[in-house]
Amino acid sequence: MSAYDIAQLSRLIGMLPPAPADWVQAAQELPRARRELDTIVERAEADQAFREGVVADLETALRAEGIEPTRPLLEELRRRVSE
Amino acid sequence: MEASRDDGEAVALGADTLSADAASDGLLVARCRTGDEDAWRELVDRFSRYVYAICVQAFRLPEHDAEDVYQEVFARVYEKLDTLREDDAFRPWIGQLTRRLCIDRKRSGSREEPADAVPETAADDVLGELEEAFDVHEALAALPDNCQEILDRFFARDESYRTIGDALELPAGTIASRISRCLTKLRDHWEETGPSTRPESR
Repeated sequence: MSAYDIAQLSRLIGMLPPAPADWVQAAQELPRARRELDTIVERAEADQAFREGVVADLETALRAEGIEPTRPLLEELRRRVSE
Repeated sequence: MEASRDDGEAVALGADTLSADAASDGLLVARCRTGDEDAWRELVDRFSRYVYAICVQAFRLPEHDAEDVYQEVFARVYEKLDTLREDDAFRPWIGQLTRRLCIDRKRSGSREEPADAVPETAADDVLGELEEAFDVHEALAALPDNCQEILDRFFARDESYRTIGDALELPAGTIASRISRCLTKLRDHWEETGPSTRPESR
C-alpha cells in the first residue's frame, strides 16, 4: 500500500467530481417518473385529444406532471403513445 | 430471467474489480429490486460520480451527450436490474454499460465529426484509474465527516480555501493544515484496508 502516496490519493479523489445536481435528481426520481409516465399513457389511450396533445409536445406533457423530460423518458413516452 | 449482453460483459470485467464494498452494493441492489425507492436514490448517489466520470473523463463527451448517456445508463439500470446475475457485480456491470453507451455515442457522433473520436484504448486507461478513484472515495467515506467534506470540496469540487472556509466556518489559514491531516488519515486508512493488488497492477 505504501505505493499510494498523498499526492496520488489527492489526484484520485479529484478524478470523481460530482455530477450536476439536476442530473442526479432526475435519475433519483426515475421510479416516480415511470409511474407518472404510466399515468400519461393510460390517459392517452382513453382520450384521443389528450393523446394528440402529448404526441405534439412530449416535453410539455412530461413537465406538466412534474417530470424532468430526459431523453430516455421522452423516447419511452414517444414509443408508448405511438403504439 | 433473461441473460443480457450487459451481464456477460460485467462478469468478464468484474473478476478483478470486486471489493469488500461489492457486498454492500449487492444489498442495495436487492433492496432496489423490492421497489425500495430510498435504496434507488442511494444507488444513484453511490454511482453517480462514477458514471459521470466515465462519460466526461474517459470518453470526453460534450456536456449534452454526457447528460444523455448518464440518464440512459440509470434508465437502463432501472429497467434491467432484474437481469443482473450477480448482485455483487453491480459496479462492473454499470461501468461496462456506461462504457458501451459512451462508445455508441462517440461512434454516432464521429460519423458527423470524425476528428472528435477518442481512441478506446485511451479511454480504457482512464477507466482503470477511475476504478482506483472509486475505491479511494469508498475509503474516504470511512473518515470523519469533517475530513470527507474538506477533502471532497478541495480535490473533487475544486473549491478554493476561501470558499471552503466560508462554507465550513473555518479560518482560511487553517484549511491547508486540515487538508494535510485528513489526507494523512486517509492514507493510513487506505494502507490498512485498500485493495492490496492496486499498486502492483498499475
